[in-house]
This record gives sequence, structure tokens and C-alpha cells, in this order.
Amino acid sequence: MENLISTKLKEKFPESTLEIAEFRGELTIVVKKEDMVPLCTFLRDDPDFSFNFLSDLCGVDYLGRKPRFDVVYHLYSLENNHRLRLKVKVEKGESVPSLTCVWNTANWHEREVFDLFGITFDGHPDLSRILLPEDWEGYPLRKDFPLTREEVMFSHNKNRPPKITG
Amino acid sequence: MKPQAVNRIQRIGTNTMVLNMGPQHPSTHGVLRVILELDGETVIKATPDIGFLHTGIEKTMESKTYAQVIPLTDRMDYVASLSNNLAYLLTVEKLLDIQAPPKAQFIRVLLTELTRIASHLVWVGSHAHDIGAMSMLLYAFREREKLLDIFELCSGQRMMTSYFRIGGLAQDIPEGFESKVKEVLETFPDKINDYENLLTKNRIWLNRTVGVGKISPEDAMDWGVSGPILRGCGVGWDIRKSNPYSGYDKFEFDIPTGKNGDVYDRYLVRLEEMRQSLRIVGQALDGIPEGDFVARVQGVVLPPKEEVLSNIEALIFQFKLVVEGFSAPVGEVYHSIESPKGELGYYIVSDGSNKPYRIRVRPPCFVNLSALPKMIEGRLIADVVATIGSIDIVLGEVDR
Repeated sequence: MENLISTKLKEKFPESTLEIAEFRGELTIVVKKEDMVPLCTFLRDDPDFSFNFLSDLCGVDYLGRKPRFDVVYHLYSLENNHRLRLKVKVEKGESVPSLTCVWNTANWHEREVFDLFGITFDGHPDLSRILLPEDWEGYPLRKDFPLTREEVMFSHNKNRPPKITG
Repeated sequence: MKPQAVNRIQRIGTNTMVLNMGPQHPSTHGVLRVILELDGETVIKATPDIGFLHTGIEKTMESKTYAQVIPLTDRMDYVASLSNNLAYLLTVEKLLDIQAPPKAQFIRVLLTELTRIASHLVWVGSHAHDIGAMSMLLYAFREREKLLDIFELCSGQRMMTSYFRIGGLAQDIPEGFESKVKEVLETFPDKINDYENLLTKNRIWLNRTVGVGKISPEDAMDWGVSGPILRGCGVGWDIRKSNPYSGYDKFEFDIPTGKNGDVYDRYLVRLEEMRQSLRIVGQALDGIPEGDFVARVQGVVLPPKEEVLSNIEALIFQFKLVVEGFSAPVGEVYHSIESPKGELGYYIVSDGSNKPYRIRVRPPCFVNLSALPKMIEGRLIADVVATIGSIDIVLGEVDR
């Protein structure tokens, strides 16, 4: 089944599928981010795939790599009982097309990725912070975000730099 | 009628009121805040506001070794901590390509099913309490105490168990375990019947739940809803059946489904799930195989204590494991289980070091909560409380 997915997807979108990998029986396909919406709509509607369930959507920060971030999509098909992992690579400051028009569940997931990684999604209806306060500075799940930081709360040490470790 | 009065009536018709519900509202099960836009008593728009319990668990996990992550998983869905342990450990075991021995698998299944019952008991108690059936809370928590006793017997902890470890269990099941589980198996069916007698045909209960918080199966899948809510819509998807893990294919059980996708059907599904869980527990208890409780994979699992005290090699292995952990192969894996709330998945990216490069938790409560506006918009404000209760959220997992 997994080979069928990759070969058929390659036939249909020869330009979009960049890399195909398999590890522990899980298929990962790296795709071009510009083609995400048509590709995912096809994956959802085609009866051979019918990926009607977006299990998960998350970001990964590969600090030092170019492009720096991965956005990872885990698709599942309730009818065919198969899974697929899609990945797009995105550089800091670039944005990814939003998948809210394909699966509504992408809404909160994309907000979370924006909140914790600072990756923006084009076409998202309400891209705002979800877990952190609105006025929070920085994106905590980035690898260059310090693990401990002391908030400067009083004026006498206002000019002291924050402690940064790790 | 004076023109002023006409204006006022029109203003009532066109203007809406914004009501802030939570985060300290008792029916929001923790610290959920919902901003409701109301026209009279009808909800026009609902905006959940979450994040009050955000502690950065995923970030913390990146600086822990693989074994040190286990206690953190307890603290997400804290009423079903063993399910969290299991989901994480199965993912790590998939990454390392090891398998727990049959005995550990049986005990894992047995305890996660007891966890499912405990989680559903918390749900039925607090949900009924929200709607006005006060006594249910006391009954449900009384019975849950019996299950927590079993967890305490195994792990020394009532809630933050961390009993499952990489490759199997922390220790063998203690003496008296089987008799305690047997007692639960004997007494529980009657208790579930009692809940049914109290609620299932109760007129107030029916009025508050039937047709409330409806969602269609198509919408539910579109919003990523899983677990008892999705099954309440009539979609019989359960990961224990579709992708059996930890030896679930050896057990006989049914997947209860509803029809209407309303709060009442979710209630029926969860009650039936408790009965099915008891069935699985009974089969698991009868069939616990002989053997070791942990896969003795050198360099991953701690050597037995007697060996550590008598053998220098084993002592070195133990020391190295405790101090620096083990290195996992480079790669990425995703594994999900059917937790009491729905699909609980872990995605681990390993860069070959002793710490996970990235752990992502797919929290079922977070995703199910995102469908809340879909369920309550256009309904009355009193239904909001019933609907939030029926989603069965644990804010520790929503916010992480």
C-alpha cells in the first residue's frame, strides 16, 4: 500500500514530491510547499487515498539547516486505514499555505505552530497566539530560545541582561 | 408606542452581548475560558481561549533523556496517566525497534483499560455534576478510588504512576494484585448498572442531553475529532481495532457507537466502553503469561538489581544508563493509541543523541476542544455547560 501511495503521488504530482523516505514502516514524503493545497485536496478526495483525517500538524526546528524549519503533517484515512507523513521545508520568515480550507482541524494546529515556532500560514482565518499570552515575545520551541530566562520585574535591575543558559 | 421604546426593542434585536465564561468557572473543568457572543440566550459565536496551564512540556522534554520524559507524560492527561505512559513508550520502542515481552504487554493492556474506566468515571461524575445530578460525583469518585488503589499497589503512586518503562514495566506486579483486580471485576458491573438506573432514563438528564451539542460525522472528521465523540456520531473508529498495539488483537471486545452525535450518545458510548474495558481486563487477568516483565535489552533497560550488586559489568551498565541514558537511532516515528479521550499520538524526532530532538504530542483534548464552537453555535447558553462536559477535556493536556 505504501509503495502505491508514493508511486501514484509521484505520477500525479511529479514536480511536487521532492523526497520519499521510509523508516520503521512509516512513509514520509517531502513536498513543495507551494503545492500543498491542491496536493492535499487530491489526497483527501481521491478514493485510492481518501485521507479524510488530519491527525496532526506540527513544526520542527532544525537550527543551522537551510531551510530551517519543517512543518510535518500526519494524515490518516479512516476508510483505507493507512497513514502518511507529509513534510514541507520552510525558511525563517517564509510562510506556508494554510490547510484550513482542506481540513478545518488545521486551524488550531497552525495557530499552535505559529505560536511556538513563528511560522506563518497564508490564508489562515485567524492566525494569532493560542497557548501563550498575546504580548509574549519570542517563539519558545525554536532551538535558539533560551531554556531559562528570568523576567525583569523590578526597576532596580532593569538594565541587567537576562540570564541565558543552554 | 413612543419612538424611543421602538428604538430600544430594535436594539435588543440587533445588538449582541459578550459574555466571558471562565477561566474560573466550575463547569469548565479547569481553566478553560470561553468568550460567548449572545443574542438573548442564543450563542452566536463561541471562542475558546486556552493556554492558562501551558508549561512548555514539549520544550522540557527536549532537554531530558528518553527515560526522564516518562514522568512528564503523566502530567498531561492526569486522570489517565498510564495511557500517556503507554503512548510515549510505544513510540520510543518503535524508534528503538524493541518490543515488550508478552507478560508486560498483558499488564499494560490490563492497566490502561482500568485507566480508561477511571477516566470515564471522572468524566461521568463531573459531567453529571455540571448538569445537576450531584450524587453521581460521589458515587463515581468512590468507585474510582478502588482503581487508584490498584495503581498505587503497582507503582506506589495513585495518579502520577510512571509504572510503564522502556521495554516493559518498572517492576513485577505485586502480591495481592490479582485479588484486587478480581474484586473490581466482580463489583463493577453492578455499579455501572446503578449509574444507568440513575441517569439513562432520568427525565431531567434526557432533557439536558438529548439533541444537545450535536455534530455530524463528516464535520467531526473534518475537525479531527476522535474517541467517544466521534463514535457517538456513529463512526466506529477505534485504534485498538484498526491498528492493534500492545497485543490488543488477542482480546475480544466491541466498539460501541451512537447515532445522533449528541451529548446523550456520548454518554451511552462511554458507559458501554466501561463495560467493554471490564471484558478486556477479565481476559487479560486470566491470560497473564509467565515470563519476564521487561525486555532485557542491554544498554536500554536497567540490569536486574541482584546482578548490579554482584557483577561489575552490570554495575557499569546501570551507572551509564542512569547518568547519560542511551542513544536512539536517527529517525522519526509517530505512534498513536486510543486513549480514553481519543487518538493520543507521539511524534519523536531523534538526531542520534541520548535526548529526543523534538517530541510532539498529538493531544486528543486539544483537537476535540477545537470543535466546540461547531457544537454550540446556534444553541442556548445552558447547553454550553453540558457540551463542554461531554467533550471530556483535561486542561493539562490541552495546554501542555
